[in-house]
Amino acid sequence: MTLGAFTWWYRVHRWTSLVCTVFVLVSCLTGLPLIFDDEIDRGTGKATEPTAPTVPVDLDTLVAVARTQRPRDVVQVVYWPPDEPHVVQVVMGKATDPDAATASVKFDARTGAVLREEPDLETGFMALMLRLHASLLAGLPGTVFLGGMGLLFVAALVSGAVVYGPFMRKLPFGTVRRERAARLRWLDLHNLLGIVTLVWALVVGMTGAALALASPVLDYWQRTELAALTGAYRGRPPPTSLVAVQAVAETARAVEPDLAVGSIAFPGTLFAGRHHYAALMRGDTPLTARLVKPVLIDAQTGTLTSAHALPWYVTALLVSQPLHFGDYGGLPLKILWAVLDVVTILVLVSGLYLWGKRRKTVIEDLAHTRGVGAPSSATERRDPI
Amino acid sequence: MNARLGTTRIWLPPAAFGSASAVGLLSALVADGVWDALSWVALAAPVGVCVLGLYRAFR
Repeated sequence: MTLGAFTWWYRVHRWTSLVCTVFVLVSCLTGLPLIFDDEIDRGTGKATEPTAPTVPVDLDTLVAVARTQRPRDVVQVVYWPPDEPHVVQVVMGKATDPDAATASVKFDARTGAVLREEPDLETGFMALMLRLHASLLAGLPGTVFLGGMGLLFVAALVSGAVVYGPFMRKLPFGTVRRERAARLRWLDLHNLLGIVTLVWALVVGMTGAALALASPVLDYWQRTELAALTGAYRGRPPPTSLVAVQAVAETARAVEPDLAVGSIAFPGTLFAGRHHYAALMRGDTPLTARLVKPVLIDAQTGTLTSAHALPWYVTALLVSQPLHFGDYGGLPLKILWAVLDVVTILVLVSGLYLWGKRRKTVIEDLAHTRGVGAPSSATERRDPI
Repeated sequence: MNARLGTTRIWLPPAAFGSASAVGLLSALVADGVWDALSWVALAAPVGVCVLGLYRAFR
């Protein structure tokens, strides 16, 4: 690499990093507790383990219980958490708008017993962490802004990898020089930690940027594909009475016998539209569980309207979720995710430290290792960036 | 510490840890059980190097 090319990439690395560091740092810090969302809920005694098996309880009974517990709310979604085989969750909100999910009741599917009630999904420590992480408390504009910061983070990672090579011309992999200046120790650590966690950080950064666009992408899908599938219903008044949820689940199972019902979205919600229930069918591996297929069922008559696979861009969003959350490989994967998150924090902080010490020039570092060109004594002392 | 290292020497270890990370990220998506375990082992490689590097820097 020529000195000119190196200088250009180094400059890209410096400026993309500087702009996004504070926001990525906030994302890393708020994301850390979110990795253990389920475990923290269980640990704080807000949830209990399912009990002994009996006959499966009718879904409409569970929905009715949820409605009595929260008479002012409407049911948005009935959901079967994939890693909790005997649990049914009824998600409720002030309206059917999914952004307004405010409460949830978890049932034991075998006994109908209430396992856990979350009367308020909008307050508390974890809810605050989630809102900071997803939008900096600034709604959709905040989310899109963070998505842009995610893309800058990806650019910082790529340019960082490009300048890694010249820095390592004379240092065997893993060298941490600690006998000399503190800055060299931090430079070596920044390079080592950054390069070995590169692939993980790229994946989490890119999926985070993709998820930032979830809301506009799903709106687009609703206005185009879902509108086309339910075209015959356009202009009709909303259904006056709804068929039983249990019947919806059974119809959906009959239509897609190889898949399981992952959730049933109620009429009015994003996935269902105004006149239908949407049963989101899923496979049984962590990947196929994300490749859901919506089965649209007429909410008034209970007959099948359509069963179509989702387009690639919605599927991409759904597959991005586990790769961003790290929730698809049990507790050990979550612990590894958390350590990688902390390592990323160290890379960010050490990067800031190195920038703060930038008067000791990068050219000097390279003169030590003579990796890039052969800087003359005249350029050696001058900061080129 | 005087010889210049070739491109292969420089990039072989990062490429190996990058590949291990990719295997770790993907295998747990494929299925549970053994595939989860493979994911833990593969992702433990870059994590282990980080811990070792930090230990060396501050011991």
